[in-house]
Amino acid sequence: MTLKRKVGFFDGLVYKGGSPMWSWMLHRITGLGILVFVSLHVIASFFMQQLGSDFATTLNIIYEHWAFQIFITFFVIFHALNGLRIAALDLWPQFLKYQREALWLQWLIFAPVYGLTVFILVQHALVGS
Amino acid sequence: MRVRTVQAGFSLEYLMWIFTRISGISLITLAVFGMASAFALGARTQVDLPTLMRWTFFPNPNHVVNSYIPDVTLGWANAFWQIMQMLIVVFGATHGFNGLRVVVEDFMGESAYRPLVRGIIFLLWLFVLIAAVYVILAS
Repeated sequence: MTLKRKVGFFDGLVYKGGSPMWSWMLHRITGLGILVFVSLHVIASFFMQQLGSDFATTLNIIYEHWAFQIFITFFVIFHALNGLRIAALDLWPQFLKYQREALWLQWLIFAPVYGLTVFILVQHALVGS
Repeated sequence: MRVRTVQAGFSLEYLMWIFTRISGISLITLAVFGMASAFALGARTQVDLPTLMRWTFFPNPNHVVNSYIPDVTLGWANAFWQIMQMLIVVFGATHGFNGLRVVVEDFMGESAYRPLVRGIIFLLWLFVLIAAVYVILAS
């Protein structure tokens, strides 16, 4: 029997999966975002080193902008913490019944780390380092 | 109640499931190690956050334009950090492109185009790996 799913993104929003579903969706979105970001880095550094082209500089200006960095730090920190939670619960499945508590713990760790990052980024953007 | 039988043995999905966990934990460990080393090598005093990230993940002179690595030849340009960069690139690219494969195949379902999509993702993965290793070794 094959799994037939004709469920789009907006049907998925109606599904009441709660916080684990939201973190699953965010994990995928942030993961693909990081993949694009890191691939851009590799391509830009390759073009800069081998050709010294303006294309690499253009890419750099985009992803070095502080507004872009606020997004990408959210992506990276969330993906890392959520992945750590998934890996930990896979290693010790007896804690799976506490997965909502684990999610709360994850956001508790996320908030100060990301808050400090955003504070530093905005401070540098305002001072203009 | 019928007992579900699970086919034992190795498959690509099984291997990549394990690899995703191992590489994810390894990437976090490498990031913590890289950041600790960045602080030890002088990031405490004069760098901003993007530069710290650069020192942490990819200490390479050809990486970004606006952040500045003072004395990159002293602390970072040696075989040890080249190997660390390669580890991050190999783990990161494989983890990421496998994730892309999982998401795309999840949306595609059963399709005749699956080998084609897999091939394209495989070529992208290979290109990013070769380009990154080339940048690391040639700088």
